[in-house]
Amino acid sequence: MTWSWEVFFSVIPMIFKGLWITLGLTLACYLFAAVFGFFWVFISRLPWRPVRWLFGWLAEFIRSTPPLVQLFFIYYAWPMMPVVGVSLNPFVAAILGLGIHFSTYMSEVYRSGIESVDKGQWEASTALNLSTRQKWMKIILPQAIPPTIPMLGNYLIIMFKEVPLASTIGVVAMLHIANDYGAQYYKYVEPLTVVALFFLLLSYPSALLINKLEKKYNRRFDKKTLA
Amino acid sequence: MEPIVQYKDVHKSFGQTEVLKGIDLDIKPSEKVALIGPSGSGKTTIIRMLMTLEEPTAGIIEVNGENLWQMEKKGEWVTADENHLRSIRGDIGMVFQHFNLFPHMTILENCMLAPVLVKNESKSEVKATAVEMLEKVGLGDKIELYPAQLSGGQKQRVAMARALMMRPKVMLFDEVTSALDPELVGEVLEVIRDLAKEGEMAMILVTHEMDFALDIADRVVFLNEGVIEEQGAPSEILMNPESERLQDFLGRFTSSR
Repeated sequence: MTWSWEVFFSVIPMIFKGLWITLGLTLACYLFAAVFGFFWVFISRLPWRPVRWLFGWLAEFIRSTPPLVQLFFIYYAWPMMPVVGVSLNPFVAAILGLGIHFSTYMSEVYRSGIESVDKGQWEASTALNLSTRQKWMKIILPQAIPPTIPMLGNYLIIMFKEVPLASTIGVVAMLHIANDYGAQYYKYVEPLTVVALFFLLLSYPSALLINKLEKKYNRRFDKKTLA
Repeated sequence: MEPIVQYKDVHKSFGQTEVLKGIDLDIKPSEKVALIGPSGSGKTTIIRMLMTLEEPTAGIIEVNGENLWQMEKKGEWVTADENHLRSIRGDIGMVFQHFNLFPHMTILENCMLAPVLVKNESKSEVKATAVEMLEKVGLGDKIELYPAQLSGGQKQRVAMARALMMRPKVMLFDEVTSALDPELVGEVLEVIRDLAKEGEMAMILVTHEMDFALDIADRVVFLNEGVIEEQGAPSEILMNPESERLQDFLGRFTSSR
């Protein structure tokens, strides 16, 4: 095998195009997971035990099966199911599959944040006669979410690195492009190196940024002063 | 005068433990009542049920003659829902042992939040009242600070101002000086004393400050093991206690002083 700088430079623009797809998909999956994560939290706080139990197990199931299996299921198996079957385009299937998978992790992050809010905050809100909605929006969530921002950021990076899974169901992003190029010219090393470099270039600075955020929030919430 | 709050044979259990074993208690408008008793006697639970933080296991609590924890639905009495509780809870206010200020808001915002959100009062009017209220508790120069920047005594005074902003007819004080350093207790008691003098608001104080209870209360209620053991005017309760348990209890206080 010989390394060719010529190939290396010529695939960069091609793969760069794929980068936007990767980023777009990451963002879409993340937004979906971030919003859907609240759904799990909401369900887990409903007063009906069977419902909580059912969805608790569903979330556990989704968390403990590989995202790749879920992607295949949504893309290949779901359309074949009678009545409820729908066939989706790869991009949508990837958003659903990865989004739902990661939403179960996000919900755990939210839950830890919510549980970290002192019980007295709920009681004071009740004593001031706030409505349930007002308690959540003005008192609980504004305290529960900020300390979890570093963790939420970490999931963004993890998700960014999981998005190439979508190439297996035909989403044409970086990995897919590199792979196609390799198959066509039998040159894998250069395009895959470019893909790896792009990932590194994006995830490393993001990780640093999150580290910084973490320090900032740790400082702010370090001493658990009774308010 | 009709009582503003009535407890009728109220029981409360936590799991297997019955902490209140039939409480009957009337509070008249503007009356100041001190609840005393050993820890675990159920004092705090009594006021927490009135604030709707704990549901009684049995019995009735009435506020202004309205049943707090039950409501009538299609001719039957059922457990009150949040709407029902909200409609009555507005008359009750509470100050907590651990202050429970909202740490993500300034002191001024802490005081303004509920009147603006719950009572839909205009922001500028609420702000004026809040500033006035904070000046009254001696914190007029601190309104832009966050709770973490205050001492315990200052936090507790903010908590009182915040509760007063809702203009409750009954104010509950749950061991409000217990979490404070000894040198900060005085400033908090001073504010409560002023409130008591103003008069029109009923107050129920769960307290270990005997001298203070004697000083401001119209009536002292002694609780022991989930029942009201003795009650009466502060002078007769504290000077001439009848039951042995109360004598013991007070003895422990005087000897430790």
